[in-house]
Amino acid sequence: MRLTVNGIEHDLDLDPRTTVLDALREHLDLTGAKKGCDHGQCGACTVLLDGRRVNSCLLLAVAHQDAEIRTVEGFEDHPVQRGFLEHDGFQCGYCTPGQICSAVGMLDEVERGWPSAATGGDPEGEDLLSDAEIRERMSGNLCRCGAYPNMVPAIREAAGR
Amino acid sequence: MTATTHRAVGTPLARLEGPKKVTGAAKYAAEYPQDDLAYAWIVQSPVARGRLDAVVVDPTDEAIVVLWHGNAPRLRDADDPELAVLQSAAISYRGQPVALVVADTPEGARRAAQTVRLEITAEEHDTVLRTDHPELYTPETVNPGFPSETAAGDVDRAWAAAPVRIDVEYATPALHNNPMEPHATIARWDGDELTLWDSNQHPSGVAATVSQVFGMRPDQTRVITEHVGGGFGSKGTARPNAVLAAMGARVTGRPVKLALPRQQMFTVVGHRTPTRQRIRLAATSDGALTAIDHQAFSQSSRLFEFAEQTAVATRHMYAAPNRRTGHRLLRLDMPTPRWMRAPGEAPGMFALECAMDELAAELGIDPIELRVRNEPEVEPETGTPFTSRHYVDCLRQGAERFGWSGRDPRPRQRREGDWWIGTGVAGATYPAMAQPSTARVRAFDDGGFEVAIGAADLGTGARTILTQIAADALGVPVERITIRIGDSSLPKASVAGGSSGSASWGWAVTGACRALRESGEREAVFDTTELIQKQEKEGRHAFGAHFAEVRVDAVTGEVRVSRLFGMYAAGRILNPRTARSQFLGGMIMGMGMALHEEGVLDPAMGEWVNHDLAEYHIPAHADVENIDAAWLDEQDDQLNPMGSKGVGEIGIVGSPAAIVNAVWHATGVRVRDLPVRLDKLLPHL
Repeated sequence: MRLTVNGIEHDLDLDPRTTVLDALREHLDLTGAKKGCDHGQCGACTVLLDGRRVNSCLLLAVAHQDAEIRTVEGFEDHPVQRGFLEHDGFQCGYCTPGQICSAVGMLDEVERGWPSAATGGDPEGEDLLSDAEIRERMSGNLCRCGAYPNMVPAIREAAGR
Repeated sequence: MTATTHRAVGTPLARLEGPKKVTGAAKYAAEYPQDDLAYAWIVQSPVARGRLDAVVVDPTDEAIVVLWHGNAPRLRDADDPELAVLQSAAISYRGQPVALVVADTPEGARRAAQTVRLEITAEEHDTVLRTDHPELYTPETVNPGFPSETAAGDVDRAWAAAPVRIDVEYATPALHNNPMEPHATIARWDGDELTLWDSNQHPSGVAATVSQVFGMRPDQTRVITEHVGGGFGSKGTARPNAVLAAMGARVTGRPVKLALPRQQMFTVVGHRTPTRQRIRLAATSDGALTAIDHQAFSQSSRLFEFAEQTAVATRHMYAAPNRRTGHRLLRLDMPTPRWMRAPGEAPGMFALECAMDELAAELGIDPIELRVRNEPEVEPETGTPFTSRHYVDCLRQGAERFGWSGRDPRPRQRREGDWWIGTGVAGATYPAMAQPSTARVRAFDDGGFEVAIGAADLGTGARTILTQIAADALGVPVERITIRIGDSSLPKASVAGGSSGSASWGWAVTGACRALRESGEREAVFDTTELIQKQEKEGRHAFGAHFAEVRVDAVTGEVRVSRLFGMYAAGRILNPRTARSQFLGGMIMGMGMALHEEGVLDPAMGEWVNHDLAEYHIPAHADVENIDAAWLDEQDDQLNPMGSKGVGEIGIVGSPAAIVNAVWHATGVRVRDLPVRLDKLLPHL
């Protein structure tokens, strides 16, 4: 089985039931993506798959052999990472890699003008990075420490606002 | 005791492990590679009460071994009967670990656990907490050792004579800690030496307990706990995963990883007990309390008596000449409740602070003013002076910052579009504790120092503040300190719990650093046991006040917390950056307690039916709007060398009541059973 992660192609001999998350964590020693629920309910396992944020616990590795997977280990001094450090956007750190990957994916969605549930009728002319928008768009990533109030400015600033 | 020269303490030093956490380099328990690793999965009981007669394993499945009480190694007794895993046929609750599958892969272990067949004799079970249950009893003490009952004066006479009275019942549901990192252990035996990479709040304690269970000397188990993805009480002691992983590794001769799935955490690792509470307040017509009576009912399992100290905060919160508190416990065929962030204070102060709000409305007195009028001079039940108490200042200054003045006290007055809007206040308190710990410091030729203590950083910032404390005690910049924590082979530290970590460990670190400077030696070790044993235990509390503004949708009943503010007096704040994060985190968990969180019991099965993160809602980004915390510069020289009180739990104490009181102010609806769900409001909107 082939898996391309952070630009490196890996040949792996995996159980066909292996998820992308378990392939990363148990076979590639890329433990940045976290297992918080294994059910797509918490977002701790978020990675970018061909540039889009996904819950890697819900994907079978065998089905994504042609994809470009990017994990938190694939970022180097990204503005979102700097923002989280600057604003204390985490406590225990377990949801953090997922939050960061999710934020990077989310900022790209905003760049494309995609609306969210917090967006009014016409995305044109709306601030898609208002605090309410950031909160709505990041709500798939849970943080039990409650670091949310610090993540919002971290993400806003990473977007150059 | 002289104060240290503070330079680093009090500055907003960023978390030392921050760069590792934002790059994925920080290693949590399940993330240490091992050669020839095997994977374990727990098989849980499908019934709430009965006997496991046999386990039938499909010979074609993928298990290396399936352990159950019929073939598992015998364990020694531990203080916690939950750790006597796979030792008996008796089933005490649905979800109890009754077998352990070990396989070559995680997929294989999980599959094999599904195919194992359990032969069970089920028995009638009893899973519902009722206040009229004939088996209710008064426990000898409540967690961690308070008397179950206290009384002063004559409550009944004061009650009968009082012109104004409040007699109300409150209920709180089972709540589940749900740290983001599920409990996990990797166990590896090297001869008779056991190494555990384990997610917990107390490496020294877990090492001692697991050694005891396997009949070994304490130092034969080493527990490595470098980073912990939260605990909130559920990782305070060794949990069954640590013992089971070690057992699986022993039997297979291979390192074994056991990472609990989220669903199992709702039963296996503890939760907050549901409570039923009755509060009676009697007052004069100008708002002086003449009697306080707080009676709490909670539950525990058949296996283990955990009696939450629900009514204990009421013992020191307000003055009243006549007072009574009590706890009644019911043992059920249910999982064992344990610690969850501010056990006792969180549910107890929800009830007391809502009752005070109800009394204020009854009296027509501002709820802040009512609290101020009942401020005690000394601890009302013990007569002990407070080492420091700035509750009234928190109320007053918090009110000013929040914008309380000019509030129309009448409920259901403010409407903007579809939204009813209201504000509420509630007090907060949490004990300032310290527990014996030992620290070691070594001086190096390059001018650097290594500070070592077996503490755990759950995301509290412990690593960072201990570095700050050491720097000041040694009189050097923080850059010259290397801190080592998270390993039971380091000097023994107390649990990261009870908001006592920084006080306990910081004291030991300060002592070691001072001893080093005074002795001129290259190494010093300091044990605080004697100092702490000599210390007065009463009269030591942090205080605070929470303020909430909510809006309630008149059509749907949806509650939004527009503003949440906490004002605290918690001794010296060691690091304003990490402290603020802890305050906010506690308040947000308090918001979850007020509005979202509820373990829903299916009495027919004895199960928390909503046992995952989709159905048990914890606050998400979108739930948190405008939230802030501030604190007074409180000096207290009687506590510990730093003058700190601990900030991890007080944020969840009283914040639920502030929100619920604001919901009443917005809508006129008193919800007395948490959480404030839409269906409880809708019929009245």
